[in-house]
Formats: sequence, C-alpha cells, structure tokens
Amino acid sequence: MRNGVSATWRATSLVVVLAVLVAGCAGPSSSPPATAKPAGGTGGVTTLEFSQWWEPELPQGALRGLMDQFEAASPGIKVKLLSGPFASTKEQTIAGAAAGTMADVVGLDGAWVSDFVKQGSITNLSALMKSAGYDDSQLAAQIKVNGSTYMIPVVNFIYPLFTNDDLLSKAGVTAPPTNRTEFMAAAKKITAGGGDVKGWILPLSLETPNGIQNDVMSWNWASGGSMLKDGKPDVANADVKATVEYVKSLWDAGVVAPGALTMKEQDKVEEFTNGRVGMMIGSLAWVNLIRKNNANLKFSISAIPAKDGFTGKRGIPYASWGIGISENSKNKAEAWKLVDFLMNKTNNASVSSLANGFPGNTQAVPSFVSNDNLFKAAFDIYKAGYPANEFTGLPVADELMRSFDEQLQKTLSGNQSVDDMLNAAQTSWLKKF
Amino acid sequence: MLNVVEAAPRQTLWRGLTRRAVGPTGRRLEPYAFLSPTLVILLILMLYPIGAVIRYSVMNNVILEKAPVFVGVANYVGILTSPDFWVAVRNTSFFTAVSVLAHLVLGMVFALLLNNSLLGPLAKPVFRALFILPWLFTVAVIAVLWRLLLNPNGVINYVLQGAGLMDSKVEWLANPSIALYAVTFINIWSGYPFYMMSLLAGLQGISSDLYEAARVDGAGGLQRFTHITIPQLRPIIVSIALLDVIFTTQQFALIWLTTGGGPINVTEMLSTFTYKLAFNQYEFSVASASAVIIFVLSMVLAFFYVRSQRMAD
Repeated sequence: MRNGVSATWRATSLVVVLAVLVAGCAGPSSSPPATAKPAGGTGGVTTLEFSQWWEPELPQGALRGLMDQFEAASPGIKVKLLSGPFASTKEQTIAGAAAGTMADVVGLDGAWVSDFVKQGSITNLSALMKSAGYDDSQLAAQIKVNGSTYMIPVVNFIYPLFTNDDLLSKAGVTAPPTNRTEFMAAAKKITAGGGDVKGWILPLSLETPNGIQNDVMSWNWASGGSMLKDGKPDVANADVKATVEYVKSLWDAGVVAPGALTMKEQDKVEEFTNGRVGMMIGSLAWVNLIRKNNANLKFSISAIPAKDGFTGKRGIPYASWGIGISENSKNKAEAWKLVDFLMNKTNNASVSSLANGFPGNTQAVPSFVSNDNLFKAAFDIYKAGYPANEFTGLPVADELMRSFDEQLQKTLSGNQSVDDMLNAAQTSWLKKF
Repeated sequence: MLNVVEAAPRQTLWRGLTRRAVGPTGRRLEPYAFLSPTLVILLILMLYPIGAVIRYSVMNNVILEKAPVFVGVANYVGILTSPDFWVAVRNTSFFTAVSVLAHLVLGMVFALLLNNSLLGPLAKPVFRALFILPWLFTVAVIAVLWRLLLNPNGVINYVLQGAGLMDSKVEWLANPSIALYAVTFINIWSGYPFYMMSLLAGLQGISSDLYEAARVDGAGGLQRFTHITIPQLRPIIVSIALLDVIFTTQQFALIWLTTGGGPINVTEMLSTFTYKLAFNQYEFSVASASAVIIFVLSMVLAFFYVRSQRMAD
C-alpha cells in the first residue's frame, strides 16, 4: 500500500512539475517585469540598459568605447548595451513597450514615436530637460508630440540629389538642376541619350514605402511646402498637389526608370551605381557604398531642386538615429545623463563621424567634412537648409506612406486624377489620426 | 547467452514488483505521465498561441491598449466588410488555384519523364537533380533571383528582345496587369518539384503487371494513363494537392519580397493583408481576426486532408 501511494505520488508529481513548467513558459505575467529591479542597482551602481541598432552599424567597439567614456565620467552608472539589427530592435522595442519592459534608454526611429507616446511607454523629455536645466537650442531637431519632446535625433542622414556627372555632361547639362524646370529639362536630355539610361529614378515599393517620404514628398519640403496643418493631415493642399502633378509630369514624360511601382530603395542605388540613371534622391550614407561598388563613377551632390523662383530655406529629408527614455525607467535622471553625454558637442561629433551622418547638435562638426569634398558639399546643404521629415512623429507613419503610395500608383497608372488621389489619401490619413 | 537466460526472469520479476507497487491509481495516471512531454509541447507551441490569437481577435486593440476590452465580433465584421480583404481573397484564390493546378500538371509531366525507361541510368539522376533544384532554394533566394531575372533591365527581357519576341521592355513585377501572373509563375516554378518527387515515388510503386495486362487487353498509352496511372496515384495526388492548397494560401515571404502586395493591390494576398494590419498599422486585434479567418479556412482544408488519409488507410 505504501509503495502504491509512493508511485501515485511520483506520477502526480511528474504531472505537476510539467504543469508548472508550462505555466513558467506560458507568458510574461509569470516573470517579474524588468522595471521591478531596484533603482540604483546593486552596490550603489546604477545599470542603464540602452537598446539600439547603432552598435552593429558602427565600427566594432566604437559605441562601447563611448559608453566606457561615459561610465568614467559618471561614477556609479554603468551602461549595458542591447544591440541588434534595425528590424529586430524595432520588434523588441515594440514588444518591450507593450510588456512594460523597455530598456531605460532606447534608440528610436521617428516613425515609432507617436505610437509609443500614445501607449505611454516613452517619457516626456521636455520635462527632463527642464529639470536638468538643459539648453535645447543646441539641438538641430526635436521630435514633439502635443508640444512636448519625446525623441532627439542623435545623428541625421540627409537625402540630397545625386547626379551622374558623365551622364549629365553627355546630355549637355553643365550643372546639377536647381529648380523643377531645370530638372525636367535635364531628365529629358539624359533619357534622350537612349540605351537603358533614364533621367530619374523613383522607388515606390509597397513593402518599404519610404520612397514617398524620400523621393516624392521631399520635393514638397524642398520648396518650403508642408503636408500637415496644425499637426493634422493636409495632403490635398496646393503645395502637395503641385508636387504630385510634377512627379506625374516626369512619369508621363517617360524619364522615370522602369519598374518603379515595385522598386525598392536598394534597387535605386544599384541602378544609379551602374550608371543607368542620371539623377536620384539618395541618402548620404550611400556615398561610400557607391564608391566601393563603382570606383569609376563620377557623381555630385546638390540640394533637391525647388519650385521655380523659390528663395526660402529648403527642407532636406532625413532619417535619423533618435534617442528617448522609457517611461517605466526607474533611473530617468541617470538616463538623461547618458542622452546629454551623447548630445554634447564633442561626443555628438564623434558619433556622427563614426556613422558618416550629420550631428544632432548644431555646434558639432564631424571630422569627415574637412576630408571629403562630397561630404563637405552635403554639410553645406545641411547647414543652408533645415532637416525636414513630416512623417517623423506621425501615427503609423509607414502605413500613411503606404496608403499614399497606393493612391499615387493608381494615379500614375492612369486610374484616377491627382485631385481624386489626394482626396482619397486625405480621407485615409484622417482615419489614422 | 548465459546473461540472456538470467536477465529474462529478472525482468519478469521487476515487472511484477512494479505493477504491485504502482497500484490501480498509479496505473491509470501512468499513460498520462508518459504522454505529458508531448502534451506540454503541444500546449506551448500550438494551443496557447492559437488561444491567445482567438482571444485577441475579440478584444479592442490589444498590445497597444493598456486595458483592452471585449468587443465581440466587431473585428470580424470589420474584416469581412473591408473591400481590401475581398481583393486579397480573390487574389489568393487565383494564386492558389493556378499554382496547385500547374504544380500538378508539371509535376506529373516531369515525374513521367523521369520514370521513363528510355532514360539511361546516368541521365536519370542528372535530370532528377536538375528538376529538383528550385525546391532546394529558400524563398528569399527565389525572390531575389526572380527579381533580378524579371527586372526591366534583366535577363528575361534581354533574351526575349534579342529573340525578337518583344519590341519593348516589360515591367513583369511592376505592371498592374501582369504582376499577379508573374508572382504566380514564380510560385509554380518553385513548387513543382514537391509534386514531381511525390508522384515519381508513386509511379515507381505501381506494379508493371498492371500495365502488361492492359497492353494484352489492347489498351493504348492514354488509356493506360487514365485507367491505371491516375487511379493508382489518386491517394498521393489528393494528399499533396490538399497540402499544397494549405501551403499556397499561406504563402507570404515570396509575395512580400517580390512585390509587397503591389503594384497598387494586385498581388495582395490574405497573408500580406494580415501582416500589414499587424506590423504596419499596429491593429493587432483586427489582424488576429483576419488570422483566425485564415485559420478556420485552413482547418477546413486540413479536415479534408485527414479524411483523405483515413480513406487511404
């Protein structure tokens, strides 16, 4: 009998242990949230978690080196880097925001900000800056929602106009175009040269619809236009309409490289690098890649052409490595110290130099500017204009671009007028706000 | 030998002792204890995620909402009344039907060719290796490969223009009136070897006596094919066709990497439609409702698959 009870107990124990195992694996509720760790860490040392995708994109050990400098300058604070590629960082940040386990300091893309603010997962940096007595006039840009700052761009990657010197010269174009009329004329002349060469390239893939931001709306921003009014969609305004009509006129003139409706950003770079496209709007981050893949290609960088007669400051589209702080962080003051460290004149210049981007601090000057004429030209464009990307900070920014993209594709395919397109995009966008 | 003779009575003795020691309750629980590792894995990998998605589908926007509330079938109504959903259904139906039919026809043709006695012992493995190649590539490689081939400046247009079959370059994946056919073609190319290998195995299992008897009775090649080959292969055809329908309706990576559902929405599938809801619009509850609808459709197909397997047994 005793043996029977013992065996029963053993069998039951096995089932219970396995059931506990299941419960342990079943969901996040069974494990304590990361934010439950005691503030200040152990032994008087505060450990800040810093999640970002920057470390793999910088030279090996570069970001860790900066963190070591920070730790040396800030006794009692350690930084643990949580690094991964952009896509996995995005997924982990979204999951962390939902579960309340976001890292103390988070690398942010502008497209995520609005949703994180809505969730209450990232903190109001305006309040932190105020309490720290920080002078925000040195910041090139701040991403605000409802008047408060939630993200600060650390490094900006601008999108100027790239022109193939040889193709322009062959077409009889002596200088990169500065306005829309000149651009159209140059694109026609380049295309008229025949072969596989086209004047301009426009990637409109729906998988990554950032062509709307970089290659379409950039024309609007370069001419001082906007797609918003009081923070709300205003896509059907005269400036956007003129921009879309201009893009359509380029399309109708046959100067756009074929395959645009499913073309991705990397295809655009390849076509330009291979000398099949005379002009493209592209990221400065690609300069080294283009040089590496086609050392013989001669190309220049200039500002995106504005509408004829425009004399104001030109908005320059950009993507950025942004930074923010988790609302659940128990160490907000220490987290702000890290942000402050990365944004000061010296360190921001270092990060920008390492990343081949432009600094988020207006006083910082990256070292590559003095060594390279192309980067110097780009830096001059950057200083003469202002970083402009109205999609940054908007809710579901990717989806806004995608819905605009779908409508633009219908228009370019001749299925609807520009007015119908803009009204449809406006209706679609309003639903997301 | 001595060890075996000694071990047998010890084993019997151990079994008797164990049976008495475990008792009736223990014996009842024993099978469940042995099954529990499998049950645990099923619970973690299958039931919990499915249950979670079903629960999400009846809440308002989970994950983004801190305190989601029950909304009943509202998400399902939203999905079923969305014109975009029905475009995705129509595209998925075309993509699946044409792919499965073409897979079957191509797979059968290649299997018959490879089963032909005219092929020598050296030629057979060479052709088998060549024909199975598309199946060995991952979807990402297939997508990149075909994007390059079908690029307006790519090899396909070059060859067709060179042969004088076309005057101008075709935008295979970017032209709204061609793109769906192009991605369907890619899917056909990548999927037929599965049929070919399965049917080849089936063909090799058909007794040659049947064909000889048919020849004696005066049956021609077509009659032997329709009255012997097809009936003998029917269980395999039904099984792989049902599996293919399930795989093809859920095809995501190929579409996403080649066209992203575009141009406009001409290659939008149920899978890309659901993905966009979740990861572009962050509408996780609506996406869950869409996923549950796809799940139910797949379950219907799976039911027929299991039934066909039982009938085959």
